Amino acid sequence: MLDFMENVKEIPVGDWMTDFVDWLTNTFAFLFDPIKDGLASFMSIITQGLAAIPPVIFILLVAILAFFMTGKKFGLAVFSIIGLLFIWNQGLWDHLIETFTLVLIASIICIIIGIPIGILMAKSKVAETIITPILDFMQTMPAFVYLIPAVAFFSIGVVPGIFASLIFATPPTVRFTNLGIRQVSDELVEAADAFGSTGPQKLFKVELPMAKYTIMAGVNQTVMLALSMVVIASMIGAPGLGREVLASLQRAQVGPGFVAGLCIFVLAIIIDRFTQNIYKDKSK
Amino acid sequence: MPIIKVENLSKVFGKNTKAALQLAEAGKTKEEILKESGSTVGVNRASFEVEAGEIFVIMGLSGSGKSTLVRLINRLIEPTTGNIYIDGENLAKMDKKELRRVRREKLSMVFQRFGLFPNRTILQNTEYGLEVQGISKQERTQKAKEALELVGLGSYLDQYPGQLSGGMQQRVGLARALANDPEVLLMDEAFSALDPLIRKDMQDELLDLQETMKKTILFITHDLDEALRIGDRIALMKDGKIVQIGTPEDILVNPANKFVEKFVEDVDRAKVLTAQQIMKRPETVNIEKHGPRVALERMREAGLSSILVVDGKRTLQGIITADAANEARKNEVKNLSEIIQRDVPTVEKDTPLHDLFAVIHDSPVPLAVTENGKLLGIIVRGAVIGALAGEGEVNEHA
Repeated sequence: MLDFMENVKEIPVGDWMTDFVDWLTNTFAFLFDPIKDGLASFMSIITQGLAAIPPVIFILLVAILAFFMTGKKFGLAVFSIIGLLFIWNQGLWDHLIETFTLVLIASIICIIIGIPIGILMAKSKVAETIITPILDFMQTMPAFVYLIPAVAFFSIGVVPGIFASLIFATPPTVRFTNLGIRQVSDELVEAADAFGSTGPQKLFKVELPMAKYTIMAGVNQTVMLALSMVVIASMIGAPGLGREVLASLQRAQVGPGFVAGLCIFVLAIIIDRFTQNIYKDKSK
Repeated sequence: MPIIKVENLSKVFGKNTKAALQLAEAGKTKEEILKESGSTVGVNRASFEVEAGEIFVIMGLSGSGKSTLVRLINRLIEPTTGNIYIDGENLAKMDKKELRRVRREKLSMVFQRFGLFPNRTILQNTEYGLEVQGISKQERTQKAKEALELVGLGSYLDQYPGQLSGGMQQRVGLARALANDPEVLLMDEAFSALDPLIRKDMQDELLDLQETMKKTILFITHDLDEALRIGDRIALMKDGKIVQIGTPEDILVNPANKFVEKFVEDVDRAKVLTAQQIMKRPETVNIEKHGPRVALERMREAGLSSILVVDGKRTLQGIITADAANEARKNEVKNLSEIIQRDVPTVEKDTPLHDLFAVIHDSPVPLAVTENGKLLGIIVRGAVIGALAGEGEVNEHA
């Protein structure tokens, strides 16, 4: 048996992949370059816009929003004020804005891509069979592996960071959209059909409204995963708090690393609670 | 022309549909077919017709295929073979667009668990069928409000389904179905999820509404009492097959086979109740005092086509029909004894309900209930069926 294996040549999967990515890079350069330039300049506009807001006002706005979104409770509002003041105090405000922009844009793109794919999966057994293993692959493949083709396509900077985040963070939105639509009770789907709804009418008037809490749970997961990519994406030049963590790691500085990590934690909590509250079922 | 006509309609669940159908044709049972072909026959060559304005009840136990059958009719489930004609149009052959049109205009459905959209208000739920047709906001709101008024929920427009009781939610379900003004209402165990008292109210209300609406209603139920109460005709289903179709009386009097008999047996009221318990106070004329004019006048007042005749001691003498009395009045006949029919279908007061079926079925006039020849009351056909279905009016004093 062992002899047998020695006689079999190694299958050159790695070489194939290299060739494939090279081919993609060369063939679709005309696509990748404008995407990279467009997205990069778009993001810098957002970053500059957000950075132009004085931190005090920004923090107040966040606190007010938190207060009303959580049903006029003080918890999240107070946490937001203290947490954001701390980040400002540590001199990491600009990095916070950069990270926030990265997470925001990555999440929005994830949602724009993820929800339609989720709908497709819910509607088609074939699509579900094909897409499910791809999602498994996207989620289990170590995130660092995406960085290589990301750099090949978009060189270094914020855009490949977004690309890597997309691959890592889209699956929950897709899965939860699929799940949410499939969970809509048979009787409601039958009712929609029985009254002569068209496919889109059924989707927009019944299925998506019924599935929205489940979908939002998926969106929340997507946002959190996008945030968790911040540090990894900084390895290919994405700016923000992740870069601080990475720099501390490279110089073995425990203190600054901890501070930057704490800032990411604060941001994570605020974003998490916000997204959880956007579509919380208030009737329950 | 029947408004619903179902021809040889079958549904096979599973892969081996052809083989299963052949086995079904060969008269094999559901179990045998499952064993031999691996497929389940949901509905096995069902054929029936429903006339406009009729309440047609399909009744059977769970697993009998009744819910599948109703879903085949509006093609929520695709039929394997067979034809479904609604108003002469064959739904089985329609493409999606045509099917949608028929669903929007001719068929509405009421669901067992109501099928209301929890994210929409009562008004928005009721509007749904009109909304998908693209009817203007103003018009559909008006129609939906009318439908809600009809079921007595005119003041709950902005509530959500979760805020309403089960009975009220099903009224919304009914209003939503009526708002489209369909020709046919498909009601799938519409009242089965409600508790017994509310269920009875809803049955009454449906019958009241039907008085004015005259819709064609296909009503699915597993409850024989309910079927007897509301059905003009009843189809009994077992293992996907329709075993008998008939009026409530037909089914009670002439059960087609053991299965139906067994089903009907459960209606033990038939054995418990007696004639005296369901009889009504009779309208009579006295043969010694009254003439045809009085007889006619009393019939007119009470809305009857015949009236019983007694003597001074209330001993039953016979019956006079309106036609005979009218004739007598024209011919100046003064004495009732000249036009009386002596042969009146009569039962003793202790006759069990069960034995009344055969007598009343063949009788064009109400039954007279007597004790030692004295008239105690009358029984009309509806009272027999009503008593079986558990309608409240049972005379306690008996």
